[in-house]
Amino acid sequence: MELNRPLTPATVSRSDVEEFLFLEADLIDTWQLPAWLELFTEDGVYYVPSTDVDADASPDNNLFYVADDHFRLGERVKRLMKRTAHAEFPRSRLRHLVSNVRVTGRSEDELRVSCAFITYRSKDGITDSYVGTGLYRLAVRDGQLRIKEKRSILSSDGLRPQGRVSFIL
Amino acid sequence: MLTPTEADIVRTDPEARSFTVSRKAFADQDILELERERIFDTCWLYLAHESELKKPGDFLTRSVGGRTILLTRDAKGVLHALLNTCPHRGARVCRERSGNAKSFQCFYHGWVFGSDGHLRNLPGEEGYPEGFAQRPTSRLKPVPRFESYRGFLFICFDPNAVSLPDYLGNAKEYIDLVADQSEVGMAVVGGTQEYSIRANWKLLAENSFDGYHASTNHATYLDYLRSTTGGLVPVKLEGIARDLGNGHGVAEYSGPWGRPIAQWIPAWGEEGKQRLDAIYQKLVARFGTERADRIAFTNRNLHIFPNLVINDIMAITVRTFYPTAPDFMSINAWAFAPVDEAPAERQARLFNFLEFLGPGGFATPDDIEALEQCQAGFANRGEVAWNDISKGMGKAVPSYDDEAQMRGYWTEWNRRMFGGQA
Repeated sequence: MELNRPLTPATVSRSDVEEFLFLEADLIDTWQLPAWLELFTEDGVYYVPSTDVDADASPDNNLFYVADDHFRLGERVKRLMKRTAHAEFPRSRLRHLVSNVRVTGRSEDELRVSCAFITYRSKDGITDSYVGTGLYRLAVRDGQLRIKEKRSILSSDGLRPQGRVSFIL
Repeated sequence: MLTPTEADIVRTDPEARSFTVSRKAFADQDILELERERIFDTCWLYLAHESELKKPGDFLTRSVGGRTILLTRDAKGVLHALLNTCPHRGARVCRERSGNAKSFQCFYHGWVFGSDGHLRNLPGEEGYPEGFAQRPTSRLKPVPRFESYRGFLFICFDPNAVSLPDYLGNAKEYIDLVADQSEVGMAVVGGTQEYSIRANWKLLAENSFDGYHASTNHATYLDYLRSTTGGLVPVKLEGIARDLGNGHGVAEYSGPWGRPIAQWIPAWGEEGKQRLDAIYQKLVARFGTERADRIAFTNRNLHIFPNLVINDIMAITVRTFYPTAPDFMSINAWAFAPVDEAPAERQARLFNFLEFLGPGGFATPDDIEALEQCQAGFANRGEVAWNDISKGMGKAVPSYDDEAQMRGYWTEWNRRMFGGQA
């Protein structure tokens, strides 16, 4: 990201955030997952809650679909890059559409962002769509936006007929 | 009714150690229609766990065996399993997933039912004869059979079915090993995994207690365990599988992963070790060393015919699945845990759960892929017509990665469908 002013949580614009989210979507869609992982802070986490819990539910006492701490997120990326990640071999074709981006809160060290997403996943002649809200806690590290928490909340009633979140939402 | 020989779906030849299942069983619409009538209309089906309805007035709705069910706890604390359809003109009376209510009003014409299912009042009552509201046909109809075993609630649509304990038979021993994990009780944790697989429902029954597929299908999960720091203990993956009769089966085995009750792994630290030791000592005090060891250190993949899985592995999952077409099933999965579990163990349990289980885990998506690829392969059933289920046939004690438990499942399926020998 080319930036010509010092980036801090106070100076980040919606445009900066959009640019960052579009980059993130692109890295997932092109299966550049090690580069995608670099977008996270050293303790960044990734959550996909089940669809019958509150938006701010904790994975410590609620069953989610995905609740990765940073170590496991790295392992998820390693797994997905292997041929033995059978659910994604041959790899599905993905396309994320990211919209309705809003900066919903700022503090000294973090930015809260919400967006809407639609992700299309095609494999073996079937295209599934995943619709939801992306809630992000972003930090600035060395002048770059980084993800402290990505929480992808599905707007659907469960995962039917999609059946899996075997890729990154 | 076709005889088993005429239907020719399950072929068994013990002398040749051959057991095969026709791929028609997974793909034909006629088979599914017959399964609805002879399996889902006659077997005991899991509805819920009593911990999901804690207080008087609590309710939940759920689809079970193709029906829409309303489960309530009335003001006296009594549970009722009701068919969720208005006796007047048919609308689903309760349209919420869960909640707490004193009564349920059908929004179509306004009939109001108590949480015990009785009709309390109805608008324009003067249009009906005296005593109309008290008629048995005016209330929410209870499910024909509703029984509980150790807090697991089951329903059955066949009024003449055997009792639930008789139906569960030898599976009770394994339910007990889960239910006994806490003196205070076990409960469903918040959050449901609701997903689907584009495959025949019986493929998931087979997969749920299949120990044979772990090293290839779940290679990346095992890679993951190896790359964790202290995520493993030096325990071999080994054990037995049992056909429990009545179609139920279990694989029971040791494994290298942590169990919050109570197989410690180094990643849980010294404090975790002390807490797990205390849990283990409590089990010893309650049950003696032998049973305590079995609860703490063995894993169980239990399958109760036709479609209830209770897997007590690195976490506990309770899972049901129903066909909506020969090549499509809907799955509901819950996490199950001791009520009195400390926050650290609860956190470890749920972390463990997602490591392996569910549509976002490191293992279940690969199971889903395998089942869908089997279903795709059944397109060739005209030419390649049979599945082989013979592994370990003839062994006195089948291994956890043999298929004896699946043969038990298919034998019961064949008996219920076509009257074959149990």
